[in-house]
Amino acid sequence: MRARPLSPHLSIYRMTRYSLLSSIVNRITGCILSVGLLVLVYWLMAVAGGTRAYEQAHEILSSGIFKLIYAGLLVAFCYHLVAGIRHLVWDTGRGLERAQSKRSAGIVVAVTIALVVVLGYWLFVAAGRGP
Amino acid sequence: MKSLRSPLGLVSGLGSAKGGVHHWWLQRLTSIALVPLTIWFTVSLLSLPSLDHVTVVAWMAQSWTALLLILLVLVATYHSQLGVRVVVEDYVHNTGMRTLTLVILTFVHAFLAVAGVFAILKVAFGGAS
Repeated sequence: MRARPLSPHLSIYRMTRYSLLSSIVNRITGCILSVGLLVLVYWLMAVAGGTRAYEQAHEILSSGIFKLIYAGLLVAFCYHLVAGIRHLVWDTGRGLERAQSKRSAGIVVAVTIALVVVLGYWLFVAAGRGP
Repeated sequence: MKSLRSPLGLVSGLGSAKGGVHHWWLQRLTSIALVPLTIWFTVSLLSLPSLDHVTVVAWMAQSWTALLLILLVLVATYHSQLGVRVVVEDYVHNTGMRTLTLVILTFVHAFLAVAGVFAILKVAFGGAS
Protein backbone atom coordinates (compact mmCIF):
# COMPACT_ATOMS: atom_id res chain seq x y z
CA MET A 1 0.00 0.00 0.00
CA ARG A 2 1.25 3.47 -0.81
CA ALA A 3 2.12 5.70 2.11
CA ARG A 4 -0.89 7.71 3.20
CA PRO A 5 -0.65 11.47 3.31
CA LEU A 6 -0.15 12.82 6.84
CA SER A 7 -1.10 16.10 8.38
CA PRO A 8 1.78 18.56 8.50
CA HIS A 9 3.98 17.63 11.43
CA LEU A 10 5.43 19.86 14.12
CA SER A 11 8.83 20.16 12.46
CA ILE A 12 7.60 22.05 9.40
CA TYR A 13 6.29 24.97 11.43
CA ARG A 14 8.32 27.85 12.68
CA MET A 15 8.03 28.03 16.46
CA THR A 16 6.41 31.42 16.64
CA ARG A 17 5.51 31.76 20.27
CA TYR A 18 2.07 33.27 19.88
CA SER A 19 0.30 30.58 17.90
CA LEU A 20 2.06 27.25 17.59
CA LEU A 21 3.70 27.21 21.00
CA SER A 22 0.50 28.18 22.79
CA SER A 23 -1.37 25.49 20.88
CA ILE A 24 1.11 22.69 21.69
CA VAL A 25 1.22 23.77 25.34
CA ASN A 26 -2.58 23.46 25.33
CA ARG A 27 -2.18 19.82 24.29
CA ILE A 28 0.50 19.13 26.88
CA THR A 29 -1.54 20.69 29.70
CA GLY A 30 -4.57 18.72 28.49
CA CYS A 31 -2.59 15.48 28.83
CA ILE A 32 -1.43 16.51 32.32
CA LEU A 33 -5.07 17.12 33.30
CA SER A 34 -6.00 13.67 31.95
CA VAL A 35 -3.55 12.23 34.47
CA GLY A 36 -5.17 14.49 37.07
CA LEU A 37 -8.44 12.62 36.46
CA LEU A 38 -6.75 9.57 38.02
CA VAL A 39 -6.16 11.60 41.21
CA LEU A 40 -9.74 12.91 41.19
CA VAL A 41 -11.29 9.45 40.82
CA TYR A 42 -8.90 7.97 43.41
CA TRP A 43 -10.04 10.67 45.84
CA LEU A 44 -13.74 10.09 45.03
CA MET A 45 -13.34 6.33 45.56
CA ALA A 46 -11.59 7.04 48.87
CA VAL A 47 -14.49 9.23 50.02
CA ALA A 48 -16.90 6.44 49.08
CA GLY A 49 -14.73 3.88 50.86
CA GLY A 50 -15.57 5.15 54.34
CA THR A 51 -13.70 6.90 57.14
CA ARG A 52 -10.72 4.57 57.41
CA ALA A 53 -10.11 4.28 53.66
CA TYR A 54 -10.37 8.05 53.38
CA GLU A 55 -7.85 8.63 56.17
CA GLN A 56 -5.33 6.35 54.44
CA ALA A 57 -5.85 8.07 51.09
CA HIS A 58 -5.75 11.50 52.74
CA GLU A 59 -2.32 10.70 54.14
CA ILE A 60 -1.02 9.80 50.68
CA LEU A 61 -2.77 12.75 49.03
CA SER A 62 -1.32 15.23 51.57
CA SER A 63 2.29 14.11 51.07
CA GLY A 64 4.93 16.44 49.67
CA ILE A 65 5.02 14.83 46.25
CA PHE A 66 1.26 15.36 45.87
CA LYS A 67 1.66 19.04 46.83
CA LEU A 68 3.97 19.25 43.83
CA ILE A 69 1.42 17.40 41.69
CA TYR A 70 -1.33 19.84 42.77
CA ALA A 71 0.88 22.78 41.85
CA GLY A 72 1.43 21.23 38.39
CA LEU A 73 -2.26 20.44 37.95
CA LEU A 74 -3.19 23.96 39.04
CA VAL A 75 -0.93 25.56 36.41
CA ALA A 76 -2.13 23.08 33.76
CA PHE A 77 -5.78 23.70 34.65
CA CYS A 78 -5.49 27.49 34.56
CA TYR A 79 -3.63 27.48 31.24
CA HIS A 80 -5.88 24.89 29.59
CA LEU A 81 -9.01 26.76 30.73
CA VAL A 82 -7.89 30.15 29.42
CA ALA A 83 -6.24 28.86 26.24
CA GLY A 84 -9.26 26.63 25.61
CA ILE A 85 -11.54 29.66 25.71
CA ARG A 86 -9.19 31.32 23.19
CA HIS A 87 -9.60 28.28 20.93
CA LEU A 88 -13.39 28.54 21.26
CA VAL A 89 -13.21 32.19 20.21
CA TRP A 90 -11.06 31.17 17.22
CA ASP A 91 -13.72 28.58 16.30
CA THR A 92 -16.22 31.39 15.78
CA GLY A 93 -13.84 32.81 13.16
CA ARG A 94 -12.77 35.76 15.31
CA GLY A 95 -9.31 36.82 16.40
CA LEU A 96 -7.43 34.94 13.70
CA GLU A 97 -5.46 37.91 12.38
CA ARG A 98 -1.78 37.82 13.20
CA ALA A 99 -1.87 40.92 15.42
CA GLN A 100 -5.00 39.76 17.24
CA SER A 101 -3.53 36.32 17.82
CA LYS A 102 -0.36 37.86 19.20
CA ARG A 103 -2.36 40.02 21.58
CA SER A 104 -4.64 37.18 22.72
CA ALA A 105 -1.56 35.02 23.44
CA GLY A 106 -0.37 37.76 25.78
CA ILE A 107 -3.80 37.93 27.41
CA VAL A 108 -3.82 34.13 27.87
CA VAL A 109 -0.45 34.20 29.64
CA ALA A 110 -1.44 37.18 31.83
CA VAL A 111 -4.82 35.72 32.86
CA THR A 112 -3.22 32.31 33.48
CA ILE A 113 -0.61 33.81 35.79
CA ALA A 114 -3.27 35.82 37.64
CA LEU A 115 -5.45 32.70 38.09
CA VAL A 116 -2.48 30.61 39.26
CA VAL A 117 -1.54 33.27 41.82
CA VAL A 118 -5.10 33.65 43.16
CA LEU A 119 -5.96 29.92 43.26
CA GLY A 120 -2.46 28.98 44.43
CA TYR A 121 -2.69 31.45 47.29
CA TRP A 122 -6.14 30.12 48.19
CA LEU A 123 -5.02 26.48 48.01
CA PHE A 124 -1.59 26.61 49.65
CA VAL A 125 -1.69 29.68 51.91
CA ALA A 126 -5.23 30.68 52.88
CA ALA A 127 -6.58 27.14 53.13
CA GLY A 128 -3.19 25.96 54.37
CA ARG A 129 -3.64 22.40 53.15
CA GLY A 130 -3.49 20.30 50.03
CA PRO A 131 -6.70 18.46 49.15
CA MET B 1 2.22 -7.87 -8.68
CA LYS B 2 -1.38 -9.05 -8.75
CA SER B 3 -2.90 -8.57 -5.32
CA LEU B 4 -5.53 -10.88 -3.93
CA ARG B 5 -7.39 -7.87 -2.59
CA SER B 6 -10.22 -6.48 -4.68
CA PRO B 7 -9.88 -2.98 -6.16
CA LEU B 8 -12.58 -1.81 -3.74
CA GLY B 9 -10.76 -3.33 -0.76
CA LEU B 10 -7.60 -1.47 -1.73
CA VAL B 11 -9.22 1.94 -1.63
CA SER B 12 -11.98 1.66 0.94
CA GLY B 13 -11.25 3.20 4.29
CA LEU B 14 -8.56 5.46 2.90
CA GLY B 15 -10.71 8.55 2.62
CA SER B 16 -12.73 10.56 5.04
CA ALA B 17 -14.72 8.44 7.46
CA LYS B 18 -17.25 11.29 7.70
CA GLY B 19 -16.79 11.28 11.47
CA GLY B 20 -14.37 14.16 11.88
CA VAL B 21 -16.95 16.87 12.38
CA HIS B 22 -18.74 14.82 15.01
CA HIS B 23 -15.50 14.42 16.97
CA TRP B 24 -14.67 18.11 16.55
CA TRP B 25 -18.16 19.18 17.65
CA LEU B 26 -18.19 16.96 20.75
CA GLN B 27 -14.76 18.29 21.72
CA ARG B 28 -16.15 21.84 21.61
CA LEU B 29 -19.41 20.93 23.34
CA THR B 30 -17.64 19.23 26.24
CA SER B 31 -15.12 22.08 26.52
CA ILE B 32 -17.93 24.66 26.83
CA ALA B 33 -19.60 22.56 29.55
CA LEU B 34 -16.32 22.15 31.41
CA VAL B 35 -15.77 25.91 31.81
CA PRO B 36 -18.53 26.38 34.45
CA LEU B 37 -18.21 22.84 35.83
CA THR B 38 -14.48 23.02 36.61
CA ILE B 39 -14.75 26.56 38.01
CA TRP B 40 -17.64 25.43 40.26
CA PHE B 41 -15.65 22.37 41.41
CA THR B 42 -12.48 24.32 42.19
CA VAL B 43 -14.28 27.10 44.06
CA SER B 44 -16.53 24.79 46.09
CA LEU B 45 -13.70 22.44 47.00
CA LEU B 46 -11.51 25.33 48.14
CA SER B 47 -14.45 26.84 50.05
CA LEU B 48 -14.93 23.77 52.23
CA PRO B 49 -13.93 24.54 55.84
CA SER B 50 -11.89 21.34 55.97
CA LEU B 51 -11.31 18.21 53.94
CA ASP B 52 -11.98 15.65 56.65
CA HIS B 53 -14.30 12.77 55.80
CA VAL B 54 -17.39 14.14 57.59
CA THR B 55 -17.21 17.51 55.83
CA VAL B 56 -16.57 16.03 52.38
CA VAL B 57 -19.36 13.45 52.72
CA ALA B 58 -21.83 16.11 53.91
CA TRP B 59 -20.90 18.24 50.91
CA MET B 60 -21.04 15.40 48.40
CA ALA B 61 -24.34 14.06 49.72
CA GLN B 62 -26.17 17.26 48.77
CA SER B 63 -28.26 16.63 45.65
CA TRP B 64 -26.88 19.53 43.64
CA THR B 65 -23.30 18.70 44.52
CA ALA B 66 -23.75 15.06 43.54
CA LEU B 67 -25.48 16.01 40.29
CA LEU B 68 -22.81 18.53 39.26
CA LEU B 69 -20.01 16.16 40.30
CA ILE B 70 -21.44 13.37 38.14
CA LEU B 71 -21.69 15.78 35.20
CA LEU B 72 -18.11 16.92 35.84
CA VAL B 73 -16.75 13.35 35.91
CA LEU B 74 -18.66 12.28 32.79
CA VAL B 75 -17.91 15.36 30.71
CA ALA B 76 -14.27 15.57 31.84
CA THR B 77 -13.53 11.91 31.07
CA TYR B 78 -15.23 12.22 27.68
CA HIS B 79 -13.35 15.42 26.86
CA SER B 80 -10.11 13.79 27.98
CA GLN B 81 -10.79 10.70 25.87
CA LEU B 82 -11.45 12.82 22.78
CA GLY B 83 -8.32 14.88 23.44
CA VAL B 84 -5.79 12.11 24.08
CA ARG B 85 -7.18 10.22 21.10
CA VAL B 86 -6.17 13.03 18.75
CA VAL B 87 -2.75 13.28 20.39
CA VAL B 88 -2.17 9.53 19.96
CA GLU B 89 -3.41 9.60 16.35
CA ASP B 90 -1.05 12.47 15.58
CA TYR B 91 2.12 11.21 17.23
CA VAL B 92 1.99 7.39 17.33
CA HIS B 93 2.70 6.35 13.75
CA ASN B 94 2.97 2.57 14.13
CA THR B 95 -0.52 1.24 13.35
CA GLY B 96 -0.51 -1.67 15.79
CA MET B 97 0.96 0.42 18.58
CA ARG B 98 -1.54 3.19 17.89
CA THR B 99 -4.55 0.87 17.99
CA LEU B 100 -3.30 -0.78 21.18
CA THR B 101 -2.73 2.61 22.85
CA LEU B 102 -6.19 3.81 21.83
CA VAL B 103 -7.85 0.63 23.14
CA ILE B 104 -6.05 0.93 26.50
CA LEU B 105 -6.82 4.66 26.82
CA THR B 106 -10.50 4.09 26.00
CA PHE B 107 -10.73 1.34 28.65
CA VAL B 108 -8.99 3.54 31.23
CA HIS B 109 -11.35 6.44 30.53
CA ALA B 110 -14.44 4.22 30.70
CA PHE B 111 -13.19 2.81 33.99
CA LEU B 112 -12.55 6.30 35.41
CA ALA B 113 -16.01 7.51 34.36
CA VAL B 114 -17.83 4.53 35.89
CA ALA B 115 -15.71 4.51 39.06
CA GLY B 116 -16.22 8.24 39.57
CA VAL B 117 -19.99 8.10 39.10
CA PHE B 118 -20.25 5.00 41.28
CA ALA B 119 -18.31 6.68 44.10
CA ILE B 120 -20.41 9.85 43.97
CA LEU B 121 -23.70 7.90 43.95
CA LYS B 122 -22.54 5.74 46.86
CA VAL B 123 -21.79 8.82 48.94
CA ALA B 124 -24.97 10.61 47.81
CA PHE B 125 -27.14 7.66 48.83
CA GLY B 126 -25.51 7.50 52.26
CA GLY B 127 -23.25 4.51 51.72
CA ALA B 128 -20.00 6.08 52.89
CA SER B 129 -20.61 7.27 56.44
